[in-house]
Amino acid sequence: MTTSSAPVPTAGAAGHFEPALARRRLIGTIFYGACLASIFILLLSLFLILWDVLSQGVPWLDAQFLTGVPSRKPEQAGIFPALIGTIEVVVITALLAFPIGVGSALYLAEYAGNGRVTRALRTNISNLSGVPSVIYGIFGLALFVRVVGFGFTVFSGALTLTLVILPIVIIASMEAIKAVPDAQREGAYALGASRWQMVRQAVVPAAAPGMMTGIILAMARAIGETAPLILVGAFTFVTFLPQPLNGSYTVLPIQVLDWATRPQADFHGLAAAAIIVILVLMFVLNGLAIFVRARLSRHIQW
Amino acid sequence: MIVPTTGRPLTRRRPASERIIEILLFLAAAVGVVTTIGIIVVLAYETLQFFSLVSPIDFFTGTTWSASIKPYTFGVLALVSGTLLVAAIAVIIAVPLGLLAAVLLSEYSSSRVRSIIKPALETIAGIPTIVLGFFALYFLTPNILKPIIGDDNIGTFSALAAGIVVGILVTPLIASISEDSMRAVPRGMREGAYAMGATKFEVVRKVVFPAALSGIMASIILAASRAIGETMAVVLAGGTKPQFTANPLESVQTMTAFIIQISLGDTPQDSIQFKALFAVAGTLFAMTLILNLISNWVVARYRTSYE
Repeated sequence: MTTSSAPVPTAGAAGHFEPALARRRLIGTIFYGACLASIFILLLSLFLILWDVLSQGVPWLDAQFLTGVPSRKPEQAGIFPALIGTIEVVVITALLAFPIGVGSALYLAEYAGNGRVTRALRTNISNLSGVPSVIYGIFGLALFVRVVGFGFTVFSGALTLTLVILPIVIIASMEAIKAVPDAQREGAYALGASRWQMVRQAVVPAAAPGMMTGIILAMARAIGETAPLILVGAFTFVTFLPQPLNGSYTVLPIQVLDWATRPQADFHGLAAAAIIVILVLMFVLNGLAIFVRARLSRHIQW
Repeated sequence: MIVPTTGRPLTRRRPASERIIEILLFLAAAVGVVTTIGIIVVLAYETLQFFSLVSPIDFFTGTTWSASIKPYTFGVLALVSGTLLVAAIAVIIAVPLGLLAAVLLSEYSSSRVRSIIKPALETIAGIPTIVLGFFALYFLTPNILKPIIGDDNIGTFSALAAGIVVGILVTPLIASISEDSMRAVPRGMREGAYAMGATKFEVVRKVVFPAALSGIMASIILAASRAIGETMAVVLAGGTKPQFTANPLESVQTMTAFIIQISLGDTPQDSIQFKALFAVAGTLFAMTLILNLISNWVVARYRTSYE
């Protein structure tokens, strides 16, 4: 490919071979140093972000904070309604996104052929994954809140987040399905299986670890999603536990936004403490994803 | 995928349950298409409503945005410039960081080093963006930017602080896609260059980098698209002052920050401000969609496959 531009030893003025190797190696070393520096900057940023949040938030983390309700007095404020709101939204989101996402992936990978329509459907999924999440919020506001009439409720929030994470679930499931060797499919057909029997008994069990990992990681993403939920009305001062289908609600990241934008520094500490709770929930889900993958793929070998 | 038509089960009739399942799976797959069409219809409909009140020429060419203080002016370029300024800072930071990290992962690291760095990058990519906004507002600006630039020169909110954290946020995206495309360059090409006497850096610069260029370009365009659509970090760190400026030390308002500002307030749903929200969202959607399509096109057009 680029052989013509590869370094060619040039003859020096005296006619002898001068590859300037020392200089070229020095440039290489400097470049390697730059690579190391970039990784160092990234790791340092990660460290600073975590350190900032922990140092501000840990003093506020106590039982009162976890079980209390929001309050104008920082020392009495808690996140219980937001925590329950987040759990309700994320669980309902997962219950909706898992069947739709896996079904969609199975259709695209196992049922639809390789024609133009299928390719357009796949391109559409990858484009959807690039749509800013705030746009999904606007769509959720127009469709679920206004047209369908679910109002500013947990259910509208969960439906909106379902659309946000659906591309992630579909893409992860399709990768898992594609990794199943065709011999498994052919074996099932050879035993007389119908297409669905083949999918259910040969493809799904083998792809299950990937599918489960996909939905769990998507749930971790959903926990931190803020913008779409602001659009569908999760920004409210809520001192009671939210009902899924009626009444207002709030979620952890929006509680963070509320506290972080107040002038008093004590509330910034509360925001950092709520961030720690979000990060812990995400960490637990990531750990669960690793565990599930290891657990479910124990029996799979080919 | 190989599903030979001759591999059909020998039963003549397909049971009804088979058909029902296929229809259910098709309906699941249709959700994605319906979502896309729905988003376009909603944005187009509401934007046209807005354009019956505000001339699209004024909207797309105006550089003053005042949605809450009379006289109302809706010149979207004020928001677009804020958005592009933040995105440009983010890309300027993320491209060197991401590409150098990708080279390190693909060309220089042992699998042990990779097993430390990859999860760290994934962690950065997974941090909720509101956390990055919080970090910009209460750590980066007061503890790093103000001491360097001077207390008087940079305010609490700035395009620079927002751009830096968005840059950190999109770096893993560039690193991971570029690394994949560098790893896809066959060994033989590297070895050919080594055999010609190239140093490791020369191999990276003159062989690996050009061969992986389509993936690298695609990753940068995707990162720009991500940065333009980024919301919560920018809401917290960038400010709420729409202005047509290229000065990174100024407070700006991005398109996404305007959308959030309107929906946080008590704006009536039939007001002109609320309709402006949809017009801004439509503009944002069009910009990110175009970038995503360009990215797909770059991959398809310039992909070189090696046997």
